[in-house]
Amino acid sequence: MANNNKLRKVDIIFSAYPGNPYDILKNAIQRGKNEIIDDLIESGLRGRGGAGFLTGYKWRFMAQQKETEKYVICNADEGEPGTFKDRKLLVEVPRRVITGMAIAAYVTDSKYGVIYLRAEYAYLIADLQKEIDIFQEAAKKIGLDFTIEIFRGAGAYVCGEETALIESMEGKRGEPRNKPPYPIQSGYLGKPTLVNNVETFASAAMVCRFGAETYKSYGTDDQHGSKLFSISGDSPKEGVHELELGMKISDFVQEFGDGDTKAVQVGGVAGFCIPRKNFETSIIGEGNTTGGATMIFNSTRSMYNVLHNYLEFFAEESCGQCTPCRIGTQQLLKGIEAVKSGEKPESYLQDLIKLSRTMKVTSKCGLGQSVTNSFVSIVENFKEEMIY
Amino acid sequence: MSMISLKIDGQLVEVESGTTILEAAKKINVNIPTLCHHEDLCVAGNCRVCVVEVKGRERLEASCSTPAPEGMEIWTNTARVRNARQDIVSLLVSEHNTQCTTCYRNTNCELQNLAAEYNVDGNRYLSVLKPGIKVDTSSWSIEKDDSKCIRCQRCVRTCAELQHVNALTASHKGKDMKISTFLDLPFNEVVCTNCGQCVNRCPTGALTERRYFNQVWEAIGDPTKHVVMNTAPSVRVALGEMLGYEVGHRVTGKMVTAMRKMGADSVLDTDFAADLTIIEEGNELLTRLKKVLVDKDQSVKLPMITSCSPGWVKFIEHMFPNHLGHLSTCKSPQQMFGTLSKTYYAEQKGIDPKDIVSVAIMPCAAKKYEANRPEMNDSGYRDIDAGLTTREFGLMIKQAGLDFKNLPDGAFDSIMGESTGAGVIFGATGGVMEAALRTAYAVVTGRSVPFENLNITAVRGTDGIREASIKVENCLPEWSFLEGVVLNVGVAHGLKNARIIMDQIAAGTSKYHFIEVMACPGGCIGGGGQPIPTNAEIRAKRTAAIYEEDMGKPIRMSHENPEIVKIYEEYLHEPLGHKSHKLLHTHYTPRNRY
Repeated sequence: MANNNKLRKVDIIFSAYPGNPYDILKNAIQRGKNEIIDDLIESGLRGRGGAGFLTGYKWRFMAQQKETEKYVICNADEGEPGTFKDRKLLVEVPRRVITGMAIAAYVTDSKYGVIYLRAEYAYLIADLQKEIDIFQEAAKKIGLDFTIEIFRGAGAYVCGEETALIESMEGKRGEPRNKPPYPIQSGYLGKPTLVNNVETFASAAMVCRFGAETYKSYGTDDQHGSKLFSISGDSPKEGVHELELGMKISDFVQEFGDGDTKAVQVGGVAGFCIPRKNFETSIIGEGNTTGGATMIFNSTRSMYNVLHNYLEFFAEESCGQCTPCRIGTQQLLKGIEAVKSGEKPESYLQDLIKLSRTMKVTSKCGLGQSVTNSFVSIVENFKEEMIY
Repeated sequence: MSMISLKIDGQLVEVESGTTILEAAKKINVNIPTLCHHEDLCVAGNCRVCVVEVKGRERLEASCSTPAPEGMEIWTNTARVRNARQDIVSLLVSEHNTQCTTCYRNTNCELQNLAAEYNVDGNRYLSVLKPGIKVDTSSWSIEKDDSKCIRCQRCVRTCAELQHVNALTASHKGKDMKISTFLDLPFNEVVCTNCGQCVNRCPTGALTERRYFNQVWEAIGDPTKHVVMNTAPSVRVALGEMLGYEVGHRVTGKMVTAMRKMGADSVLDTDFAADLTIIEEGNELLTRLKKVLVDKDQSVKLPMITSCSPGWVKFIEHMFPNHLGHLSTCKSPQQMFGTLSKTYYAEQKGIDPKDIVSVAIMPCAAKKYEANRPEMNDSGYRDIDAGLTTREFGLMIKQAGLDFKNLPDGAFDSIMGESTGAGVIFGATGGVMEAALRTAYAVVTGRSVPFENLNITAVRGTDGIREASIKVENCLPEWSFLEGVVLNVGVAHGLKNARIIMDQIAAGTSKYHFIEVMACPGGCIGGGGQPIPTNAEIRAKRTAAIYEEDMGKPIRMSHENPEIVKIYEEYLHEPLGHKSHKLLHTHYTPRNRY
């Protein structure tokens, strides 16, 4: 069970599969829909996009929706800076992603599926379409009525947010909706819509393949299973690595750092920045997000520049509709510039931290709500770098 | 609908399930500030100033967009809520051009009010106002100043939901997000009907009407000029709102005195021209009916649609350019008035028309565009020299230092100052139809319309589209072709509803003979030049005032207006005659949809 927070590499999601393609799907749909959902809940699988909602519950809510027209959407708008694991899944094991979607379609009685593909991944379309064609043939044989299409995003970060993604699919400006209603209740074209991350679907297929018990034996008591980590920055081992959840940052740094690691950004720019002094006490996957983007910074990096870069990104990629996010991101950016230049006093950093907390509790969607994570963790831990 | 109960600030409230927190709070008189919220429009949830605390949730919820949660406790006045609201208003101010003293909306600005209420420190955050924003003054009707925009998107929703025009849209993202026209072209180059409904709903000074009042002051101050002012029917039921009166208070007499004291040489009434419109348009309808029913003339279009509303006229020119034959060729009352002020009036008064400055005071933004249409010079001069809104007019009264409330009531000058109740009701949706029916029925049958007190209630009201059928019986001999004919009439207000009417016509399924269309919700009383704010309750009160004014008039049918009788005897000779055609009728321009 619990692995005592040791770092352990595992090989699940990409592991060779001896059977025929879509055997996992075939075996799954021979079981009851409720059993599959129970299994998923039992496995403890959480959404792999970042928010970490229990996948089994999400599927159950979807299955309970009475409408006949329902949609299953695979969120492949992988836009979080420092994340590139979904691309690897789509390139190397697309059938597992599709299998996950198909099982979801089966248990939720959905007939339509969409892969919402990041604009920059357009080069994957041809191969992905071939895979979808193969799947459609297989589905016909199995007797599953489920059609998958690819939808190309247009390049906005915020469209990774599920309601903005749906707006974008409807041909509208990619802006998050007011929630409730949630997509499960009223999503694409006002119909019940299940949106899951690429890795979530692939992991769900793995739960079906190995069973809940086996899957659950990985990870910690809080965070079960394995997780793909996109590792970048000052690391000799950049790339996608599959690890058990729940390792100490110090072990992570030991394995992936270059010996001079000063900070690790966990969960992409929307996540937290962990300074060296907290490496021993911080566990990846506990209290921080599970998107899997980890950026390693060594002592040559200016954390002011890092934060500045993040804030430029946020000020650019906010959709702009809600006040705290649109203007707040600009204020944080201008604010740290002003402190650096001496135009504003050191104490202004406290005002900015307070502002970022207002953004957290008042912004409409996860984008504006999460800016405070990296902002506060960098400003508080690297205050000298912000000022001097 | 099931009922749910919740507690707001400790007070128990029962509401229908699905009610927002904001609506629930309103029910027990708990005031929550808003900016992007507008009761005429769909929920946006953009500005976030309406956030409240839901017990047990870390996040604050936008009360305008969050359904009231069963059994929950809401707190609207905690330190967290106040701090968050102050932060949000501060942010908006940091993005705003805060030259309030020179802003047209100074003292009537929702952002200014909130900044004052929360005592916002303007220096708390750095300014993120984009430098070098230019005001778009390309349109004759509407000015757009992005430096004052708070991105609430009320204008976008107004243009899309109420008017189906979509002249404005959110564009760009993040720090560059703004409200744009198509391709960010100047206003005068995009499809815009100039209705000004966006202006009425803009919380700040980002969208305003283009002002012409300084030109009017200049003309008044010029001794060689003879300034003729005319005021539309709906101005007199809304002007008071700017001058200390309750909504729905009629100020006709004081308004007349104010114009005279301001220095107008002649104070006349657009209602006279409205009565004239009824004679011309009513006869045009009867002529069209005869051509279709008797002569079987295929070139004549039915239904005929009114042409008084310049926002509507521009809408049909853009959206249905192949169906312009349905529009009445009658000019609007403003333009009939303008032409006659420089022909008939000039002749009768012995004034050189080149010295006449004709000023129209209108509830409308589109009237400014209409006055500037190139074809509107049948008098040999610009028929109307300046079109002002009710708002500009209210401002002029203040500038003149008049103690409006204590002014004595005055009466319109003559000629072109006499009007009937039929002319008055032009100001409310359905009014033109009712006025036309009163006269047309009397012309055809020699009797009054068969409705109590002449009030044709079927065409009144607030439904987007209304209709009525009137059977014509016992006609006078010359109208015998109409004997037994059931006339179907329709009324639409708001361009969203106009589009429905036009889609029926385009599909060949329209059942009407005659249709009234007004661009603005509620008709002119809800016009784009009327005092701000607007909402259903305000529009209802203004409408009630219009019908009161009608009931108070001794004459209530246009053809009985003695000045109308006189102008046909002395000058025009007959409806649709040679002179009428030259002066009172116009043509339309097919335009593109982009």
